[in-house]
Amino acid sequence: MNSATGQPAIEAIVIGASAGGVEALLHILEPLPAGFALPIIVVLHLPDQRHSQLAEVFSRRVALPVVEAGDKTLVEAGTLYFATPGYHLSVEQDRSFSLSLEPRVHHSRPAIDYLFESASDAYGANLLAVLLTGANRDGALGLAQVKQRGGLTVVQDPLEAQVATMPQAALDLHQPDHILTTRGIGRLLVELERIAC
Amino acid sequence: MERNSEIELRLLIEAIYLKYSYDFRDYSGASIKRRVNHALSQFECNTISALQDKVLHDPAAFMQLLQLLTIPVSEMFRDPSHFLAIRKEVVPLLRTWPSIKIWIAGCSTGEEVYSMAILLREEGLLDRTIIYATDINPHSLEKAKQGIFSLENVRAYTANYQQAGGQCSFADYYTAAYDYAIFDKTLRENVTFADHSLATDSVFSETQLISCRNVLIYFNKKLQDRAFGLFHESLCHRGFLVLGSKETPDFSAFGDHFQAMVKQERIYRKS
Repeated sequence: MNSATGQPAIEAIVIGASAGGVEALLHILEPLPAGFALPIIVVLHLPDQRHSQLAEVFSRRVALPVVEAGDKTLVEAGTLYFATPGYHLSVEQDRSFSLSLEPRVHHSRPAIDYLFESASDAYGANLLAVLLTGANRDGALGLAQVKQRGGLTVVQDPLEAQVATMPQAALDLHQPDHILTTRGIGRLLVELERIAC
Repeated sequence: MERNSEIELRLLIEAIYLKYSYDFRDYSGASIKRRVNHALSQFECNTISALQDKVLHDPAAFMQLLQLLTIPVSEMFRDPSHFLAIRKEVVPLLRTWPSIKIWIAGCSTGEEVYSMAILLREEGLLDRTIIYATDINPHSLEKAKQGIFSLENVRAYTANYQQAGGQCSFADYYTAAYDYAIFDKTLRENVTFADHSLATDSVFSETQLISCRNVLIYFNKKLQDRAFGLFHESLCHRGFLVLGSKETPDFSAFGDHFQAMVKQERIYRKS
């Protein structure tokens, strides 16, 4: 517990992004120091393709180990995970990943809502959820649920977002704890990690 | 509120098991929870308890719920490179057995079954093969037996078939009628469709190849271990296990008992 804010220590970070997401994610993740100890789990909408090179692209530019989240593998500290294209990704109560081929949500699989809602069930108030740029409404409901369970929510400033639809949809639904630029989000991640770890 | 719905969900799953012997207790929780929540709106129930009351006293309502709890999403020749690898790497070895038994576990509405049957026919093996196609959902099995798929989907399957090394014209295997494709019934002459649960039933035959694709991802680790145990018991010496594109026995209790043959395509052999 952080005595200043009453916010429980963060144990995991989930991030959702769509159109314009690669650039926004790099802005946030590239400055993170080696040894950053929280797990970061990312759903990024991509055009359908079976073999994603996301993990490769990011591992060249991010200090954390980067992997595609594997079915039934445990969420490890200090690791950056990407959802597998074509599958929904959830975090289970025992903090392992599960994949699913359930129908698309907001035309997307993986869907941000799917990850956010399951992670909020698994981590409750100890979760930070971040919603970035995008051209649809995925993630808004999930983010509201994170907030409702006492987790911390952040929306990228729609003025900065390459496509404002997704952050704006979230803002229409609930008042997040922070509305920040990618630079601000990066700083917040470092600050929360320092408090938690 | 949230604690209530967790309790109610557990009770519903338990009630279904006690009353109907369908065992969802070791399914991945997040997915089951989503599907039950979806069912709440379909059944116009405000709480999971109300849904439980309904399905406990009305078997027809339970069958409706079962359709929502199982995931009938499948396609023919899904991941064409997987089927191409079966054709190139597995078929030459399968040929060495005088008669072949194949188990398609969790066959859903039959897309995997017809894909496999077509591949085997083109390789001249279908006549000496018995295929056991099993699922827990009787409606899915019924659909699988009929072999009727929407023509719109079949167009997408045609591209898959060609990429999977198909040797004929895909249209040779079905008759189009209105918006449907009715598949050649001789493809299923040697197919036995049967109700079988990886969660509660045991092994029923020795097999040379087991295909279980995109089924295990809905199971927790404990239930995955049970399924791998059944597969290991059913497969003959050096038999083949083929899985969905993100499934692996590597981290299961049977990791040492299967050896990757074409890792990228999720083709394993009993070691």
